[in-house]
Amino acid sequence: MSTSVNAIKKAKEKKRGIKDMSEYYREYLRAEELPSVWCPGCGNGVIVKALVDAVAALGWEKDEVVVVGGIGCSGRTPFLLDYNTLHATHGRALAFATGIKLTRPDLRVIVAMGDGDAAAIGGNHFIHACRRNIDLTAIVFNNAIYGQTGGQLAPTTPQGKRSTTSLLGSIEPAFDLCQLALGAGAGFVARTTVFDFQELRALLKRALAHKGFSVVEVLTSCPTYFGRLNDLREPYEMLHYLKETTIPLEEAAVLDEAKSMGRLPTGVFKDEQRIEYTELYRQLCQMARSARVGSE
Amino acid sequence: MPERHVKAKEQQRLIQGNEACAFGALYAGCRFYAGYPITPSSEIMELMSRELPKLGGVFIQMEDEIASISAVIGASWAGVKAMTATSGPGFSLMQEGIGYAAITETPCVIVDCQRWGPSTGQPTKTSQGDVMQAIWGTHGDHPVIVLTASHVRDVFEMTVAAFNFAEQYRVPVIVLLDEVLSHMRENIKMPEPGELLVLERRRPTSLADFKPFADQGFLPFGAGVRFNVTGMAHDEWGFPVQGEEAERQLRRIIHKINQNAAELALYEELYLDDTRMLIVSYGITSRAAAMAVEQLRAEGVPAGLLNLKTLWPFPDFLFEELAPQIEHILVPELNLGQLVREVQRAVQGLPGRSLPVEHLGRVDGSLITPQQIYEHIRQRDQKGERKEERD
Repeated sequence: MSTSVNAIKKAKEKKRGIKDMSEYYREYLRAEELPSVWCPGCGNGVIVKALVDAVAALGWEKDEVVVVGGIGCSGRTPFLLDYNTLHATHGRALAFATGIKLTRPDLRVIVAMGDGDAAAIGGNHFIHACRRNIDLTAIVFNNAIYGQTGGQLAPTTPQGKRSTTSLLGSIEPAFDLCQLALGAGAGFVARTTVFDFQELRALLKRALAHKGFSVVEVLTSCPTYFGRLNDLREPYEMLHYLKETTIPLEEAAVLDEAKSMGRLPTGVFKDEQRIEYTELYRQLCQMARSARVGSE
Repeated sequence: MPERHVKAKEQQRLIQGNEACAFGALYAGCRFYAGYPITPSSEIMELMSRELPKLGGVFIQMEDEIASISAVIGASWAGVKAMTATSGPGFSLMQEGIGYAAITETPCVIVDCQRWGPSTGQPTKTSQGDVMQAIWGTHGDHPVIVLTASHVRDVFEMTVAAFNFAEQYRVPVIVLLDEVLSHMRENIKMPEPGELLVLERRRPTSLADFKPFADQGFLPFGAGVRFNVTGMAHDEWGFPVQGEEAERQLRRIIHKINQNAAELALYEELYLDDTRMLIVSYGITSRAAAMAVEQLRAEGVPAGLLNLKTLWPFPDFLFEELAPQIEHILVPELNLGQLVREVQRAVQGLPGRSLPVEHLGRVDGSLITPQQIYEHIRQRDQKGERKEERD
């Protein structure tokens, strides 16, 4: 983690006249949009903070960064950030981002999506984005519930957990988004929680730097709905729950064992480079120009 | 000189309506296409996949039509002219994105090659059943422009017009083709570069006080001004608002289109100067109507044709102008009565006598023939004459 912290310090030093950290964050946030709509105890702000740090550590200019959000609590992320931002329709953030990135491969395109966006209504877009390997970073804010609409069952709600549409406990098995991303061919796949800020920041930085499609699933806390319905009413209880229900990959020597304990592994599942889509497309354009496919 | 012969020959090309649409898009400067295969629109996508890489443009086949329109909107915000093409079932899926493009004032072109519906219907059979969906398909009050074409060269020109309107007014423009027109081949003279007007996206005069949602032109992402784009009701910077400001912005984007209805009204007319029996049609049906009008004229019936190429915003003003001389209106269309309602609305309440507006529909997947229109009017005349005799 120390390299990451140093990098942030460097980025901070770059901004002359900045005296404290709050001023540093103000540089990246839209003050008029604060406070955010997120509830007290919500973990989303932790992700936004880690994201700002990671982008700054990479030395990216604000004008070259595009953040695309979906719909739901996480979809509010673009409003807060002083980058080029787009708040898309529900589930389609990756499709919007695809259009932006293919047109302007020089822009850094980051997608902030919820678990409903990624695993339910936008599941189709998610798997195909993993398959295509366009240089996008998808950050999945997974609170295991539909927060903004009032706490309904999500495809990521653990079996047995309650929601406002599964008051007796969900009978459905939950989606494992990282396994889905791996199966669909994403090059960088990682999971962490808002409990471990250092790891979150380090993983986001690695994901952003990865040339290709990267996925970071961040388990985040929703004391308002998930917590209230599942005896985790206090924010610290929810955070503790995230810690208890996950296990670092290195510790989970045998993944099956972790699974049997009902704990989700965290860490980096895959970090493999393969040729990226916009690069392939550039080569295709060169071929098309010389080959005169289907001559006119 | 032999060279000149070859060139003159090349100007004439036997092409399909769908090919004319793709060539028109490229002529207009379209450099992004995202789509999903669907009959009877797929040839547009195939041609774009072949031609765009040669021009350094982007082609991508998406996982569905929702993704296609979403990628098109993203590309537009990245600064290029972008389009997609589809047919009924795909057009239904695209309504979500069309609404987003409307509220975010995103220039884009959506081509809908109409086929028989609803649902899967008859994929290879022609129809004009998507007129109301094109105008009102997405939820909420919203601005769109809807264009049609009735022959292959017309498809080329109307696709160029669609891009011009989209860029000029920052609005999604829908081009409604008919299955028959999509697949019909005609020998056409391809427009030369510079022959047709091609408009570019208006850039703001100053970056300093630029507001992205205040009729000041368009700036893409990465151009040095950071703002937000959202499908929520928003202020001039793209941040959520409610109440009066939301209403003001909604009225502004709709007014922007409606107040220019006369400028947006593209149409062709036949014998309108002295017509008493007016046929109002659009798309492929206008060709049958034109033949019927010629036949009626030859027999002394004062028939005329108004071929609407702009279906929305509806050109009410044309009917105000024509009403005093018209005795009867017939609207033939390949549906059970869609645009006829707009015609009825436009003539309703005009000063003077009430004007009868009749509909001639056909939904068996075949075209309305000139004979059908001719006979319909002839039978009506005979009824009228008999009535006069009785009176």
